[in-house]
Amino acid sequence: MSAAKHKRIGAEAVEEKGWLRAHKWLILRRMSQFSILALFMLGPWFGQWIVKGNLAYSYTLDVLPLTDPYVALQSMAAGHLPETLGLIGLAIVLVFYLLVGGRVYCSWVCPVNIVTDAAGWLRNRIGIKGSSQLGRNTRYWILGMTIVGSAVSGVVLWELINPVSMLHRGLIFGMGMAWTVVLVVFLFDLFVTSRGWCGRLCPVGAFYSLIGRWSPVRVSAPKRTACNDCMDCFEVCPEPQVIRPALKGEGKGIGPVILSPNCTNCGRCIDVCSKDVFTFGMRFNNPVSTAQPAVVRTETN
Amino acid sequence: MTEKTPKSGAARRQFIFDSAKMVCGMGMLGLGLGLYAKQSKALPALALRPPGALPEDDFLGACIRCGMCVRDCPYNTLELAKPETPVATGTPFFNARNIPCEMCEDIPCIKACPTGALDHSLTDINKAKMGVAVLIDHETCLNFLGLRCDVCYRVCPVIDKAITLDMVPNARTGRHAMFLPTVHSEHCTGCGKCEKSCVLEEAAIRILPPKLAKGELGKHYRLGWDEKSKAGKSLIDESKMVDLPDRVPEGAVLPGHYDPASGQTEAMRGMPGSQAGAIPSLPPGLGGKP
Repeated sequence: MSAAKHKRIGAEAVEEKGWLRAHKWLILRRMSQFSILALFMLGPWFGQWIVKGNLAYSYTLDVLPLTDPYVALQSMAAGHLPETLGLIGLAIVLVFYLLVGGRVYCSWVCPVNIVTDAAGWLRNRIGIKGSSQLGRNTRYWILGMTIVGSAVSGVVLWELINPVSMLHRGLIFGMGMAWTVVLVVFLFDLFVTSRGWCGRLCPVGAFYSLIGRWSPVRVSAPKRTACNDCMDCFEVCPEPQVIRPALKGEGKGIGPVILSPNCTNCGRCIDVCSKDVFTFGMRFNNPVSTAQPAVVRTETN
Repeated sequence: MTEKTPKSGAARRQFIFDSAKMVCGMGMLGLGLGLYAKQSKALPALALRPPGALPEDDFLGACIRCGMCVRDCPYNTLELAKPETPVATGTPFFNARNIPCEMCEDIPCIKACPTGALDHSLTDINKAKMGVAVLIDHETCLNFLGLRCDVCYRVCPVIDKAITLDMVPNARTGRHAMFLPTVHSEHCTGCGKCEKSCVLEEAAIRILPPKLAKGELGKHYRLGWDEKSKAGKSLIDESKMVDLPDRVPEGAVLPGHYDPASGQTEAMRGMPGSQAGAIPSLPPGLGGKP
């Protein structure tokens, strides 16, 4: 056990399953993030206009509008309704994240996730311990403040300083000094608060978590009885509080599905578990007891 | 709710303290953001919004900073404000001296806008009001110096309506004319082509927000000549008007001089002096024709 403590997160999984399988969802996720970014960059870099706009609103191949519901909500609070295409894009995005989980936006789309993941990884490598006190509910307070503030000020308030849109817009339309804001987020996560930005402050993620409150696609721990308490999933998870009820709920009558809306469906817990405890599944498939191996078979996919 | 056990009391206290902490924190953050938002509404005078943009107060609530207008502008006129630009971050603007608006007839920037930030009911680009051209420096404008530069007038897409050349005598030489570029704000769209093409090192004609460029008459002001043309006749009985003869130097001929008391009335208004005749009734003692 003491030897394992010095091991890197997921080292056991790499030994058991091989490097590729122990990084499967991470690789897929990075591919998703970079392909989405690449689609946006094709226009300004190579003149191939497949996607125009940015994450606030984009128009793909002149047929598919996509509107960020959080920005749209702030604009509506300020007293302005989007035009037809904007509303259609809003509906598409809402339905999509309603199904796959709101915070899929955070882990599979958002460019800041790459920044904060890097900070989290470096924090772990350097071994920076201790975190300043900042509740995970802070983001919901900020979310509420930005909506009320937009209504009061008549300005799309969070967009004045939103690091997410600043980074994405900066990459596509010209960065300017926006990199300083991104750097601040990186340093904040590295030195001040572990997983501070995405896990505690960002109202964009908080908003998307509300959209995905009842989303069917969830991470589940059907083989939780096989858990050997290595803690790797807790270490690697950006929202570790979401795991405990599902993983340790066997005796308390809690099913194996991670139901917290703040699970980002990033799948890193699936990667780093050497016992293959976790898998993607549906929220309905949530039996109270998972002791029987027979149930496990039905859980895969 | 009504339990009075010490434990629930402590929990309630903690809950209230935690909430108070958050409310105060959000109050501070919100206040900071709100003040920043208020500042960001102060658009610099030379930053122009795309055609059809709502007034700045509304624009910052409607624009979602997607940059679609920037993408669909065929002339790369527009850009999105970077954090260090003194324009609300991420919102589209242009600087006329860099690249002016070419006033596309189909207005693609408005069509691309997914919100009401650019008013989709604006379909005639000639009705756009991005600003108003102001010939701001009479000391350096070449036409004011007596030359025939005329460039701002020539490039104006609404030539002879938005900018006219008004001829006045050149008092300096005493024998030339000056052709003064004169902006008529009701026709000017604020496209900025005049500012872009001004040949000076610093443009003498600039696009300013209407708020800065325009004066405003008192609401109760009436223009006599407008009222007269509306009524079809003079609103006063000119024959009963008490008017003293105008004193003019001996022998002077004033073109189109209007002086009812001296018998020069409506019919002579606007006529050249020779037709209107010399001053017909001079005060006693000054008489005599030239």
